[in-house]
Amino acid sequence: MSASTATAPAARNSSSYGGLAVINVERIKLFTTRSPWWCMVVAAVLTIGLSALATGFLNSEEEKQATIFITQGGAQFSQMVMMVMAALAVTTEYRFGTIRTSFQAVPQRAQMLLGKTVVVGLLAALVGLIAAFGAWFIGTLFAGSADLAIDTEAEWRLLAGRAIIFFLSAVIAVAVGILIRQSAGAIAILILWPLLVENLFNLIPKVGDDMARWSPFQNGGSFLNQGNDGGFAGPVGDASNYAMGPWWALLYFAAWAAGLMAIALFSASKRDA
Amino acid sequence: MIEAHGLTKRYGATVAVDNLSFEVKPGKVTGFLGPNGAGKSTTMRMILGLDTPTAGSVTIDGTRYRDLHRPLTKVGALLDAKWVHPNRSARAHLAWMAASNKLPKSSVDRVLEIVGLTEVAGKRAGTYSLGMSQRLGIAGALLGDPEVLLFDEPVNGLDPEGIVWIRTFMHRLAAEGRTVLVSSHLLSEMALTAEDLVVIGRGRLISQSTTQEFVDRASGTTVKVRTPQLDQLASVLHQQQLVTRIEDAEGEGKVLFVEGDLTTDQIGEAAAAHGIVLHELTMQRGSLEQAFMQMTGDSVQYHAHDEIAAVTHLDVPSNTEVAAGPKEDN
Repeated sequence: MSASTATAPAARNSSSYGGLAVINVERIKLFTTRSPWWCMVVAAVLTIGLSALATGFLNSEEEKQATIFITQGGAQFSQMVMMVMAALAVTTEYRFGTIRTSFQAVPQRAQMLLGKTVVVGLLAALVGLIAAFGAWFIGTLFAGSADLAIDTEAEWRLLAGRAIIFFLSAVIAVAVGILIRQSAGAIAILILWPLLVENLFNLIPKVGDDMARWSPFQNGGSFLNQGNDGGFAGPVGDASNYAMGPWWALLYFAAWAAGLMAIALFSASKRDA
Repeated sequence: MIEAHGLTKRYGATVAVDNLSFEVKPGKVTGFLGPNGAGKSTTMRMILGLDTPTAGSVTIDGTRYRDLHRPLTKVGALLDAKWVHPNRSARAHLAWMAASNKLPKSSVDRVLEIVGLTEVAGKRAGTYSLGMSQRLGIAGALLGDPEVLLFDEPVNGLDPEGIVWIRTFMHRLAAEGRTVLVSSHLLSEMALTAEDLVVIGRGRLISQSTTQEFVDRASGTTVKVRTPQLDQLASVLHQQQLVTRIEDAEGEGKVLFVEGDLTTDQIGEAAAAHGIVLHELTMQRGSLEQAFMQMTGDSVQYHAHDEIAAVTHLDVPSNTEVAAGPKEDN
């Protein structure tokens, strides 16, 4: 990682310092304010609630055609909420100046920020898992006549994979938070980028389609969606929408997350707090 | 022991701290004194590894802050009492700090007890008054029972009770053998708190000495003279190579000030020899504020009158006003 030069002391001290300490610190920080709780509840409820709406009002013809994919419509919004939470975990520290207290307590900045990333990322993953399977379960209740059994690799990927995508999205959000250091700016980027910017690429002639296919969140979605059945909502997308296979797409998305995090850690270690 | 060697911090073309070298010794309170914008906070941030020096270095017992293991056990600092999350309780704030340096949970209760916040520890820090926030900040600084303590303007905005509490507290910490560095732009406060003084202006070291030496060295004496024959006395004194200045004192009309180390005897005799009537002849000993002004006068960054008043933050009586220009004998 390019941050290695800046974090050389961290590596030297890590044995006495311990990675668990920074994780414990970030756990305390996150759960001693209320907004993360709200974000997590809202994120889980969004996906599950939208699944209830999507499957609860179907006529019998549509109900038979309902698929697992149909139950997952709210997940993207949940992902946004978790990304906002992840970014806020960093930017509020800058806003209230506690980042300086944090760096004072743990001068090995990259270590401290990685601890935060792990805590926030794992929470996002947990919420993603609860949201995905919760929404699927609600679907099985409301659309009883549909075949919602999880029996293909693609369906498992769609549900369980949500945890991985939430984790990586949270990593990207923390990285953007570290780089921007300001709540409004970071949130604006994190919401506009996947929702708007990546979709607007298609409007650019010639190169636009390729840019869209190779943009990070598109590949995160491609990992989840490829091979899934859209049911009455129509096809989930054909091969021309995807730049690569699902697992390569995941790797590509992960590379973006790792790259951004490396830049963020390097920058945070170098600049004045 | 804190040691700074050639510490320099530049922001673009602006030099915030310029080749600053000083030592802070254990067992006493050292005042870090300078006008607003002199570079005190920047220096403290560099001591704590928050800002990276452009040149030079600063170490704590020979180690750079960023290389310290569990730094809170070595250095405690209060730079800004507002650096807490307003929705987090004081106890939770201290709990994460303790966890970061693997300090026992009991240390949180211990410091809460010391600063007297035990009863309100569960309240959100955002509801705290400035005095309480300051106490919370001090609790954070004491968490790891460190040998070295840094406080940036700890009495700013506090009521008299809070000021006395902090002052007594600093003395206690120093008496326990700790190294205590306290910054302030209030010289009067430093005179009561600090034994040693590191004085800076415009990022440069102006002096490092004991507080007593600083005052003795910098504050000359002035003689105040009231006389109906003002101009005549002034010219007599000028012939004796004395520096005088005439000011309008409220309710007293024009008053003559004679500067330099001289006694009232000399002026009285000179007046008598020329048959000049004197209404008042008083020796005025220089105050700490004067010393500060004279030493830092040329390094005050903004020369507007308001700013100079803000620097001393005191009611300087009109008859002791000192020009902010440089003094040759310093």
